[in-house]
Amino acid sequence: MVDFGFNIKKARSFNMSNNDFSKVKMMFEAVPSYRLCISCGGCTATCSARQFTNFDIRKVHNSFSRGLYVNLDKELQKCMLCGKCTLICPRGVNLRSLIIEMRQLLNSQSETL
Amino acid sequence: MSNFHPFVLPFIFGTIALFCICGYKYIRWIKQFDKEQKRIIRKNIFSTKILPAIWEVFCECLLHLRISKKNWRLGYMHRSIAFGWFLLIFFGAIESRIGIKGPFHFWCAIFYRFFHHNPPANSAEMFFTQLMDLILLYILSGLFLAVLKKIHSRILGMQKTTKHTKMDIVVKISLWAIFPLRLLSESVTARLYGNGGFLTQNIGDLFSRHVANAIETPLWSLYSIVLCIFFIMMPFTRYMHIFTEVFLIYFRKVGVKEGEKLSGYTKYELSSCSRCGMCIDGCPLYNELNINDVQSVYLLRNLRNLEHKMDLEEAAKNCLMCHRCAEDCPVNIDLMNIRRISRDKGSIDIENNYKFLDNVSGFNSIGRVIYFGGCMSQLTPTITTSMKTIFETAGQKYWHIDENRSICCGRPLLQQGFNKQAEKLRLENTRIITESRATALVTSCPICYHSFKDEYDLHIPVYHHTEFIDMLINNNKLPIHKENTSFTFHDPCELGRGSKIYNQPRNILSAIGELRKISKDKEDSLCCGMNLGNTVLTLQQQTQLRDAALSVLSEPSPDTIVTACPMCKKAFNHGINTIVKDIAEVVVDNIKNNIQQ
Repeated sequence: MVDFGFNIKKARSFNMSNNDFSKVKMMFEAVPSYRLCISCGGCTATCSARQFTNFDIRKVHNSFSRGLYVNLDKELQKCMLCGKCTLICPRGVNLRSLIIEMRQLLNSQSETL
Repeated sequence: MSNFHPFVLPFIFGTIALFCICGYKYIRWIKQFDKEQKRIIRKNIFSTKILPAIWEVFCECLLHLRISKKNWRLGYMHRSIAFGWFLLIFFGAIESRIGIKGPFHFWCAIFYRFFHHNPPANSAEMFFTQLMDLILLYILSGLFLAVLKKIHSRILGMQKTTKHTKMDIVVKISLWAIFPLRLLSESVTARLYGNGGFLTQNIGDLFSRHVANAIETPLWSLYSIVLCIFFIMMPFTRYMHIFTEVFLIYFRKVGVKEGEKLSGYTKYELSSCSRCGMCIDGCPLYNELNINDVQSVYLLRNLRNLEHKMDLEEAAKNCLMCHRCAEDCPVNIDLMNIRRISRDKGSIDIENNYKFLDNVSGFNSIGRVIYFGGCMSQLTPTITTSMKTIFETAGQKYWHIDENRSICCGRPLLQQGFNKQAEKLRLENTRIITESRATALVTSCPICYHSFKDEYDLHIPVYHHTEFIDMLINNNKLPIHKENTSFTFHDPCELGRGSKIYNQPRNILSAIGELRKISKDKEDSLCCGMNLGNTVLTLQQQTQLRDAALSVLSEPSPDTIVTACPMCKKAFNHGINTIVKDIAEVVVDNIKNNIQQ
């Protein structure tokens, strides 16, 4: 098989009505620019941590929006908070603030469980 | 004559309470010092460093020289009250020692005129009587300015004064009442016994003998009670700074350094803040966005009274960390570090996940310099290519450490309170740089520069590219020539106020063209609005800050606006029609023009 440098993932399915969106709502309040994201992937393309790993902030963002919080915390810890994503974002999403808030929200979950 | 009257009781009580509370607080804070800080104090407690400390205490706590340099009217106001009160106590003590008959108690110095009714008998007593009146007049003149400042702060050159808590206001009123009450009490006594100086005697003569007789004891009692209120409440309000600053100056002089966590030393710093409000006027958030509850004065207050926990978090987050307030602070409190401490997230994030960095290895660069562009320079490739051209023109071998992959310097994490994560990045960077055995490190990003210089322990010289280019020009390694062009220079926060690099970029630009002066430069320069220290400003607010900075920079209508930070360049680029360039690009353009000619 020809190696194109990327692979196609299997389709996955989940039921949105079962997911917990409380953290997403809190995020809307904490970082209003969160809702501006158009998932263009500019942030991931420029990410410093991405240059070393498969850390994908766009993917984290999408998973979070769908209420899939599992393992996001660990992923986010790869972020070096350098702020390139914030600078490059065409929609002006405050990604640094988003990441800090997301870490705190995800952490508060693990504390209560 | 026993030299005692019941009205001195409140004063005695207040004084004892003051010393007990202060002593208790100071001892408790010293116990909370880090081990390292304690060791330094123990080592230097009786060293010669105590002499410069005493001198600074005299200059700052009494004469308020740093405030005077910034604003002489405010300086006069603070000096007259602090130094005047000190003189009043000092000469009062001498005068009463000489004059008092019968047993001497410490309150006799404060209420001297009440216990010593005889008019001045010899020239020495006469001298002291007049001197004490003169000092009192001096204090009252300062007090007049203080009241004036409360009514209309612009008269004293302040746009905005601090919003005080209720407790602070009560104590302030009691402080303001002390000196007029002293004047009145002494005047009335002077009316009765003729023992006053030029001020008190003349004011006293306005009263009739009958009235004076009736109000003498009540006035002295009131004076004593007001002193008591001030003394008892002082340790719980902003006036705690009066004593604390003395200790802070001493600790600083013996070499105690601020830690990364809230320690006893931080508590001394917090209590040294007099809430004078000098940090408000310069703050870009106040000037451009009218945000008026997050400035350092409020952060420090909220840190001191932890019941405002929510306010604390808000105040801690919303700050550009542009160092402007730290520059303005007359007590020289390390405000940026306190801001960082207040954001400490050590309790939330214990782990870090930077294992992927362990495999990154250094490149053998003996005899080379390392060029560390910084994350942001990856987004401004003209800066990195310009720097490469400069290295090649100067014949300097280099290794571009983050050409393809960049490890952050760790400062952005540190600014947000992720101390442990930042330390991990520092360790990795230090390992890679040490492995490479390079001779020096050149960086294009002021944030990285500040970090490498202050937070790392690299054992090789660290240069910002402005410094490095300036060095190359001085050694005639770069063929630059004077052109007919004009610049204005924007001081990036971390390079200017953060690292005190002001002259090098100006030398370079004056060698190339005409550097035009702007109204707010060097310490007063404005932030571009993009500073990584802030995470809560919206894009719109950042744009407002940027426009404010740009309007200052474009005032003398330069051909090019020059900066030395990829972040500032990025911020300015789309805000104005004038060309915005990094200093490295300007130098490279000049060299290329030179070669073409």
